[in-house]
Amino acid sequence: MTNAKDTETPLLDQLEEGPWPSFVKEIKRAAEDNASAKDLLRQLERSYNDKIGHWKHGGIVGVRGYGGGVIGRYSDLPEEFPAVAEFHTLRVNHPSGWFYTTEKLRQLCDVWDKHGSGLTNLHGATGDIILLGAPTDALQPCFDDLAEIDFDLGGSGSDMRTPSCCVGPARCEYACIDTLDILYSITMEFQDELHRPMFPYKSKIKIAGCPNDCVASVARSDFSLIGTWRDNIRINPDEVAKYANDGLDIQSEVVALCPTGCMHWDAATKTLTIDNAECNRCMHCLNLMPKALQIGMERGATLLVGGKAPIVHGALLSWVIVPFMKMEPPYDELKDLIRRIWEWWDENGKMRERLGELINRLGMRNFLKAVGLPPVPQMIRAPRANPYYFWDPEEVK
Amino acid sequence: MATRTDFGPPNYKELIPPVVAKNYGQWKYHERVKPGVLKHVAESGDELYTVRVGSSRLVSTDWIREVCEIADKFCGGHLRFTSRHNLEFLVSDKEQLEPLLQYLKDHGYPVGGTGHAISNPVHTQGWIHCHTPATDASGIVKAVMDDLFEYFVDWKLPAYCRISLACCLNMCGAVHCSDIAILGIHRKPPHINHDIVRAKCEIPNVIAACPTGAIRPDPKNKSLTVNEEKCMYCGNCYTMCPGMPLADPLGDGVSIWVGGKISSARTPPKFSRLVIPYLPNNPPRWPEVTSAVRNIVETWAKHARKHERMGEWIDRIGWERFFDLTGIPFTVQLIDDFTMATETFRSTPTFKW
Repeated sequence: MTNAKDTETPLLDQLEEGPWPSFVKEIKRAAEDNASAKDLLRQLERSYNDKIGHWKHGGIVGVRGYGGGVIGRYSDLPEEFPAVAEFHTLRVNHPSGWFYTTEKLRQLCDVWDKHGSGLTNLHGATGDIILLGAPTDALQPCFDDLAEIDFDLGGSGSDMRTPSCCVGPARCEYACIDTLDILYSITMEFQDELHRPMFPYKSKIKIAGCPNDCVASVARSDFSLIGTWRDNIRINPDEVAKYANDGLDIQSEVVALCPTGCMHWDAATKTLTIDNAECNRCMHCLNLMPKALQIGMERGATLLVGGKAPIVHGALLSWVIVPFMKMEPPYDELKDLIRRIWEWWDENGKMRERLGELINRLGMRNFLKAVGLPPVPQMIRAPRANPYYFWDPEEVK
Repeated sequence: MATRTDFGPPNYKELIPPVVAKNYGQWKYHERVKPGVLKHVAESGDELYTVRVGSSRLVSTDWIREVCEIADKFCGGHLRFTSRHNLEFLVSDKEQLEPLLQYLKDHGYPVGGTGHAISNPVHTQGWIHCHTPATDASGIVKAVMDDLFEYFVDWKLPAYCRISLACCLNMCGAVHCSDIAILGIHRKPPHINHDIVRAKCEIPNVIAACPTGAIRPDPKNKSLTVNEEKCMYCGNCYTMCPGMPLADPLGDGVSIWVGGKISSARTPPKFSRLVIPYLPNNPPRWPEVTSAVRNIVETWAKHARKHERMGEWIDRIGWERFFDLTGIPFTVQLIDDFTMATETFRSTPTFKW
């Protein structure tokens, strides 16, 4: 609703209309009893007029004992918008799978209403609960109150960023690994790496229960752990026939789209057969017929590394380095490998060089040797097409 | 009192609903009941309905308290969120499903984003809270989703479609592998403030931060120079050094990328590719961006086969046909000239007219 009082932000007011939820309404709700939310709205209106952001570059702020978890933010128009002169962000480590009780969320709201703007992101791109906007002197008291309700801070800067995972076995029949438990276990194991930046650059870990990769691990994490299986897809023939009877065109929608051609459909007998040895577990058939087809029983994870967004030397998708790893608590094999890889990266990486960029610069050959992994054909799409390769002198005798 | 540290996030085991705790790892199958509603069935026979609700990502504590009331009323006080800013109500009592859906409808919560639909766009902070943006984030997403709302709440598309937005090349979130990515870009080199560079910046680090080697030391000024012919405005130098701002109302705007995917279903994950190098920042509703996105969505929807994601459709028909069907002009910026450029050039005369 637009009224005379709102005309201070005529551009943003237009974004209160329309069917999609309005962030402007949210800022206005918070602004009813919070001066910083009100100035945030006014400064944003100014940006909509000027077509430029109005936040100063960076700013180092934090809480006692941690090197990360708080992002400093200062308005470049502090006299005009004094309530957002200091408007810092706290990254709060979310629970595995983003599950909450209403009691827990209300506790969080109480703390944030007391110390900050009343505005949040649920959630930030990395997965954290983002508490958006508090002055410098509120940061420590806010963290102390968060600690009282058992919420710790997440990562920022050149540290392990807050890892995240898909919903996994909590609600998904495709979960090949216990994504929530692995996430909790590595988060607790690597608290120091999470809270005290000491790496060349950021390091991200994401855990997906199957190759559908609902947390986009392959595109946006240095360590992408993706659940998979080694034995056979389980088929329920009666349910296959039911899908066919209910109108699913199994030949054209399932078999013809199988990337390996490992499936055969006999329409006369309504029988589906799978040559499991040739299956690459892409998930298409399981996605279409979840009642009839189920993941295998010998489960584990594929570990891929190196994924990242463009900065600095271009975007990368993660590469397979361990085709199959069993995933059983306390996940020591995984944790040890992550530690070895971090050590190599820490020793060799330049400032702001992500793991994938370092592997690219020094060669997969050197990386595999350093972390003690054997070369296997599952790592590549194709062997090299150039003759520029190396021999260890030891091998030429 | 010493500050308590390194205690980690709340343990999910204390937060999952009873039906999840009971059937953890024992889910058997799921059904897509209708747009935004999933039904999961466990080996035990227990059923769990999930109702997915799009949120604006930037939400107030008032909103959180409001959805908590809904979860108390219909879901025994439990709820979860997804990696794409959705809220999910978990309903273990089937009797509560329709009343919940009715309540959400009456109160304007959009239910959808599952199956062959457009999911909730992942996006970044933009002008609201970022110090390196080339555009706003929440404003464009709001405008695009108001326009494409029908595709969130209904199943009218050949396959799933993920739209994402990042307000600069840092790309918080996986926008570079989206069916449609909206990316804020600068178009002017940094304007150097030598006083700030001298006072605040580690000159060797700034030089090393440039992916094209465009930055050189300027010993006379104890500062830096930029070879403007080599600069492609990535903004990495500004991240390293506040004396090199690039943001500019005329230079800044939005680019559009298409055909990326994350899932390995059928075809491997792939990057989105640049198809529109620049659209102006035109707040509050960015009409050039909303119409460009709608055109791409609808051209794909009209021509793709069932289950064919944007990038799979383009791989089948070829990029020359994509530009033909969408009517998007092909410009020189779309031809790669960064490190892996030659992999994208064509080495066969087998193309389409």
